[in-house]
Amino acid sequence: MPILSPDELAKEKVAAVQEYSLLAGHSVANIFRQPRYLGDLLIQADLIGVGSLPIVTLTGLSIGAVLALQTSSTLQQFGSVSLTGQLVSFSMIKEIGPVLTSLMVAGRAATGMASELGSMKVTEQIDAMRALGTDPMKKLVTPRLFATVIMLFFLTIIADFMGLLGGYIVAITLLGLTTQQYWTSAYQQLQFADVFQGLSKPFFFGFIIATVGCYYGFSTKGGTQGVGRSTTQAMVASSVLILIFDFFITRLLIGVFGR
Amino acid sequence: MIGETSTNGHHPSPEVVIEFRDVELGFDQHLVLREVSFRLFRGETKVLFGVAGSGKSVLLKLAMGLLKPDSGTIMVLGQEVSSMPEAELFELRRNIGMVFQESALFDSLTVEENVAFRLIEEHTPPDETRHRVEEALSFVELQHTMQKFPSQLSGGMRRRVAIARAIVSHPEVILYDSPTGGLDPITSTTIVELLVKQRDVYQTSALMVTHRLQDGFIMATHRYNQEKQQMEPVDHGVNTNTSFLILRDGKVIFDGSAHELRGSTDEYIKEYIS
Ligand SMILES: Nc1ncnc2c1ncn2[C@@H]1O[C@H](COP(=O)(O)OP(=O)(O)OP(=O)(O)O)[C@@H](O)[C@H]1O
Ligand SMILES: [Mg+2]
Repeated sequence: MPILSPDELAKEKVAAVQEYSLLAGHSVANIFRQPRYLGDLLIQADLIGVGSLPIVTLTGLSIGAVLALQTSSTLQQFGSVSLTGQLVSFSMIKEIGPVLTSLMVAGRAATGMASELGSMKVTEQIDAMRALGTDPMKKLVTPRLFATVIMLFFLTIIADFMGLLGGYIVAITLLGLTTQQYWTSAYQQLQFADVFQGLSKPFFFGFIIATVGCYYGFSTKGGTQGVGRSTTQAMVASSVLILIFDFFITRLLIGVFGR
Repeated sequence: MIGETSTNGHHPSPEVVIEFRDVELGFDQHLVLREVSFRLFRGETKVLFGVAGSGKSVLLKLAMGLLKPDSGTIMVLGQEVSSMPEAELFELRRNIGMVFQESALFDSLTVEENVAFRLIEEHTPPDETRHRVEEALSFVELQHTMQKFPSQLSGGMRRRVAIARAIVSHPEVILYDSPTGGLDPITSTTIVELLVKQRDVYQTSALMVTHRLQDGFIMATHRYNQEKQQMEPVDHGVNTNTSFLILRDGKVIFDGSAHELRGSTDEYIKEYIS
C-alpha cells in the first residue's frame, strides 16, 4: 500500500466518516420505504438472535456468578453480604448486561456481516445486485440493522436474567444467603431509571454493530485479504464505538434521571 | 418513454438506445477512458474489442450506471445515467441485462434462485416465475442444474447461468462482458449462438465485449433460423445489425461495420484483426 501524506490521510478519513454516515442514514430511512424485505429480516434475526443465544446465556451466567463472588468479598468487610443481590442486579442491568452482550454480538454479527458483504463486494455480487435493479442498502443493510437492534434488545434481557441467576446460584451455594434474601435485595432498589438505562443501550449498540459491520463489508477492497482486513476492522471499530458510546449514553441518562 | 416499434436497424433514423458523448474516467490520476463517444441503435449488437486493460469492462459499468464518469454524458434508453442519482437508476436498470466478466452469481443462492432473482424482486407470481426461469435455463441448456449452487458448476456453465439471469426478464438492452472469456472453442461457439439467437429472436440491443475476434465475426455473419433451431450464415456477406468498436488505451480507434473493419488501413487495427 502506498504511503499517504498527512492531508491525504485526513481526507481519506473524512471521506470514510462521510460514507459511513450516509450508509447509516440510508439504512434507517429505508425502514420506512418500500420494498421491505421481511424474509431477509427473519433470516437475519434467526442468525443473530438465535445464533447468539448460547454464548450470551453462558457469558451472562458466568459474569453474574463472578460478580456475586467479587462483590460479596467487598461487602463482607462491611458485614452486609445480604446486599449481594442488589449489587449484582445493578451492575448487570445497568451496565454489564448490555455492554457484554453487545460485545459478544459484535464479535459474531459485525464480523459476520463484514465478511459476508465483503466477499460479495470483491466478487462483484453487490454490483450484480445493483445491475439487477435491487438496492443493496434495502436488501442487505436494512434487514441486518433491524434484526440486530431487535435481537440485541432481547438478548440483553436474557443476559441480565442469566446474570442474576448466576449470582443467585453463587449466593445460595457459596455465600449462605437464602432465596428470599437474594431476590428481594436484587429487585427492591431497582427503579424505572435503571431498567430504562439498561434497555435503551442495546438500541444504540445494535445500531453500531450493524452499520459498522455493513460499512466495512461494503468498503472492502482487494480480494480475500481485503475481506480479512474488513472483518478485523469491523470487530475493532464496533467494540471501540460501543465502549465510547456507553460512556456518553450513561453520562446523559444519569444527567436526565439523576441516578 | 421508449417507442414500441422495433426499428431493427432498417429504419431511416433508428432509435438510439445507448449514447456516449466525450466520456472520460480516471482512477487515481490514471485516465482509463478518454473522449469516448459512440451510439448503439435499437436491435443492433456492438462488439467491443481491445487488449486487456483497455477499459472495456469499465465502459459497460458506466453504461449500467455502476460507475460515474468524470466528464461527458451517457444516455441510456433516453435517460441520462451519468447524472442520475442511484435511487432512480434501479428503475432504469430493470430494462437492462448485464453479464459480468466473472459471472458474479450470488453464491449463496441456487441456480434457480439466481435466475429468478429479478422476477422475485418484481413480485412476479410464483407460477410465472417458475415458467420463465425454466424457459431461460432451457435457452442456455441448463434446466437440469436448477437446484445446484454456483460453486458446483463449471466456469462455462456459470457463464451460461449468468446469461440466463440477464435475459430472464427480456430486457431491451443487454451488456455482455466477455461471455466467452477463458472458455474452449466449442463452448464459446455455443454461447455466441445463444447471443445470436437472443439478438434475432428477441431483437435485443447489445454491447458485447470479447477478446475473440471470431466471436465478433460469427455475430456479424450469422443469423438465427428459428425453424431449424440453429444458427446459419447470412446469404450475402454480413449482417447490418452488427457493428464493431475497438478501444486502445481508453480511446475509441474504430467504430463501424464489419466491412469497414476489414477495409481499415490503420496499422494497429490491421495487426489486431489479422
Ligand atoms: N475499480 C477500479 N479501481 C481502480 N482501477 C480500475 C478499477 N476498475 C478498472 N480499473 C482500471 O481500469 C483499467 C481498465 O480496466 P477494465 O477492467 O475496463 O479492462 P478490460 O478492458 O475489461 O480488460 P480485460 O480485457 O482484461 O477484461 C485497468 O487499468 C484497471 O486497472
Ligand atoms: Mg474486463
